Amino acid sequence: MSPIVVVGASLAGLSAVDAIRGSGHDGDVVVLDAAAELPSDRPPLSKQVLAGTMEPAAAHQPLANRLEELDVDLRLGCRVESLDATALRLDLRDGTSLNASGVVVATGATPRSLPGPSLQGVHVLRTLEDSLALRADLLSGPDRVAVIGAGFIGAEVAATCRELGLEVTLIEAASAPMVRVLPVAVGSFVADLHRDHGVDVRLGVGVEGLVADGERVRGVALADGTSVDATVVVVGIGVVPDVAWLDGSGVPVGNGVTCDETCLAAPGVVAAGDVAEWFNPHFGERMRVEQWEHAIEQGAAAGRRLLAADTDAVPFPSVPWFWSDQYDRKLQMAGRPAATDEAHVLEGSFEDQRFVVAFRRGDRCTGVLGVNRPRHVVQARMRLTESLDWAPIEELLA
Amino acid sequence: MKVVVNFDLCESNAVCMGIAPEVFEVRDDDFLYVLQEEPAEELRGKVEEAARRCPKQAIAIED
Ligand SMILES: Cc1cc2nc3c(=O)[nH]c(=O)nc-3n(C[C@H](O)[C@H](O)[C@H](O)COP(=O)(O)OP(=O)(O)OC[C@H]3O[C@@H](n4cnc5c(N)ncnc54)[C@H](O)[C@@H]3O)c2cc1C
Ligand code: SF4
Repeated sequence: MSPIVVVGASLAGLSAVDAIRGSGHDGDVVVLDAAAELPSDRPPLSKQVLAGTMEPAAAHQPLANRLEELDVDLRLGCRVESLDATALRLDLRDGTSLNASGVVVATGATPRSLPGPSLQGVHVLRTLEDSLALRADLLSGPDRVAVIGAGFIGAEVAATCRELGLEVTLIEAASAPMVRVLPVAVGSFVADLHRDHGVDVRLGVGVEGLVADGERVRGVALADGTSVDATVVVVGIGVVPDVAWLDGSGVPVGNGVTCDETCLAAPGVVAAGDVAEWFNPHFGERMRVEQWEHAIEQGAAAGRRLLAADTDAVPFPSVPWFWSDQYDRKLQMAGRPAATDEAHVLEGSFEDQRFVVAFRRGDRCTGVLGVNRPRHVVQARMRLTESLDWAPIEELLA
Repeated sequence: MKVVVNFDLCESNAVCMGIAPEVFEVRDDDFLYVLQEEPAEELRGKVEEAARRCPKQAIAIED
């Protein structure tokens, strides 16, 4: 019988393998990744590894030391060029092809970059290599670092740069940081946190382009006519799901791979992690979640789905959870609020920089965010897993 | 079964507490407390799950 083929050897892909083995499947499993080495764990790349407080080798994925036990045929440096979902055949960059009995799509996402020629000193951050290259540039002692985009990665990089003693300008086109995932009130707290730590925060201003000095970046031109002088620029303007290789495959693609509520994208093809958009029955919404724990949980669900008969398939309900470390503050959030949801501070206060805020839409709680309040967030998450009703959350946190 | 947490690695994000509140508790001082260092065998599944899910891989189980 043909092997199960997992495309992507990061969190979602390896978690799928773990679930496949955990379900007792002892057939061949091939795991392919375009990267030359097993992908590192990513969260430390904007935090400890960038700061130099963690050895790069320590930033390994949770399953990295269980590969042998998982008994996989791991092929690194092996990019999949295309898939034929009807025949379940994959064509690889090296010109060979592989037949599969099932395919797990776990190809994650790639950072967006700015248009224009590539310049020295301009960085994106996704891989260990990216993190080490940025760190080398930071250690060369730039006068100022410009961070474009105040999403989670941009905000964490800004914090790490400040901790390294560098001057930082954080540029965000929206009116507050993180508005893609958080109501404005919380975004404003994050902006203030960075200002308190000496970051020059510029909100509501777009980037016109980079200013070059020969091959090297010299600054960032802003839409309001001003500019920021910086010899190191970090671009954190979001990621694009890695689905180009699925063009013409028969696998539906939109905002990532389009899956049903069981993580199935086409017969014999499942998807998980940053690349996968699925119908989350718990929220009654389609979503694509770019978070560490989610990649593990959805990877496991997708692995089990691949082995299940259609009649036994179960949906994958989820209350996503993530953390972000900025300075000595730990942000954690459970759920999936929209920027327009009401924000209610139920514990602590913004001034103390220690609080719990719950997001409300009608009689629903769409999420709970804590700053240095891990216990509250975890407990709220357990409640939200039972139901999204607002009243029990208010009661829990009151 | 003995639960050992490497507190140099632990970031107090309370994932373990979400999975096995009988064994792990993050208190208001932001520190993790291990409530039972030698939990009963019936908690093994949960403790193993917590060890697997800990983002810092800070939990070890010594049989
Ligand atoms: C710097 C950084 C910090 C982060 N911090 C946090 C955090 O604090 N908290 C949090 O919750 N989340 C965080 N995340 C997000 C988290 O790391 C991701 O959600 C997670 O890595 C997603 O895992 P994945 O397996 O879906 O995809 P990825 O990790 O992106 O892996 C996909 C893999 O597929 C491979 N691939 C792609 N295309 C092909 C192809 N055609 N053929 C073969 N292989 C291919 C790639 O090489 C890659 O290794 C962070 C991410 C980054 C980049
Ligand atoms: S999950 Fe790990 S890092 Fe988080 S509190 Fe528990 S032991 Fe510490």
